[in-house]
Amino acid sequence: MSDHSHAHSGGSHGTLGSLMIGFAMAAILTILPFGLVMGEVDLPRNLTIGLIMGMGAVQIVVHLVYFLHVGKSSEQGWTLVATLFSVIILVIVLAGSLWVMHNMNENMMPMPDMEQMMNLQSQQG
Amino acid sequence: MSAADAHHAHPESPTNIGFWIYLMSDCIIFGALFATYAVLGGGFAGGPEPKDLFEPGFVAIETALLLVSSITFGMAMLAAEKQKLDATTGWLVVTGLLGAGFIGMEIYEFAHLIHIGAGPDRSAFLSAFFALVGTHGLHVTGGIIWLVTLTAQLRMHGLNAANMRRLGTLSMFWHFLDLIWIGVFSFVYLVRLI
Repeated sequence: MSDHSHAHSGGSHGTLGSLMIGFAMAAILTILPFGLVMGEVDLPRNLTIGLIMGMGAVQIVVHLVYFLHVGKSSEQGWTLVATLFSVIILVIVLAGSLWVMHNMNENMMPMPDMEQMMNLQSQQG
Repeated sequence: MSAADAHHAHPESPTNIGFWIYLMSDCIIFGALFATYAVLGGGFAGGPEPKDLFEPGFVAIETALLLVSSITFGMAMLAAEKQKLDATTGWLVVTGLLGAGFIGMEIYEFAHLIHIGAGPDRSAFLSAFFALVGTHGLHVTGGIIWLVTLTAQLRMHGLNAANMRRLGTLSMFWHFLDLIWIGVFSFVYLVRLI
């Protein structure tokens, strides 16, 4: 047990100011996408999707910086390295899954719809 | 490590960086569940679709509860750094209540969905939905249990070095769950309601 490590060992180096800035930014970035959907704002569908996903991505960065204090100064930058590494893995997992499964769907034989399938199965069974 | 870094370095336990690596691996678990939802999210099997099931106002309240609980945990951390025990545990209790409110709403939503026949067994879309949102909910539940335990430890032993370290890791865990929820409300709920 390292009892000599002092009060800063918690890892948080935030101040009330940075917490409140983070809160304000996160609140705005939450209210805007909900407003887009609940207010049924008349924008092209793809633009709305892009805006919601984009604001989500920005809000994730806000949380990382203002609440989780990820940056070059924390733990000599190792949290930043670990974070960037997992972002790379996430991109590979997400983009790869969508790409591969999309290709599979495209190359599937055309299927009759589910109910016909069920009827067929029950007749054969 | 450069000389400038060595100057700033204080004797820190390796717990923080180790816990961060755990969180990043947890992040990849969620990434896999998000990918599953992205792939299976259109498989309704003739069953209910997101627009039949999701209520943006309900999700907005859940989101607000979790975001405010992140701020109250930040307040607890600030109080702890000033060695104010009562303020720390007070903010922790508020955080726990907000988290419990979130979990209560989620349990209500799940029970309602299962009751109207939109359980995880209905379609691939709902299987992926329950797996992803349920995993997040289990994490929050675990966080609340940890929070209650730590509040008791703080009342018994005060803000000593060991408790400060525990508080710091729980803080990371709690903020991380709020971060995952951003992905959930954007990608699982909102974009499917357009």
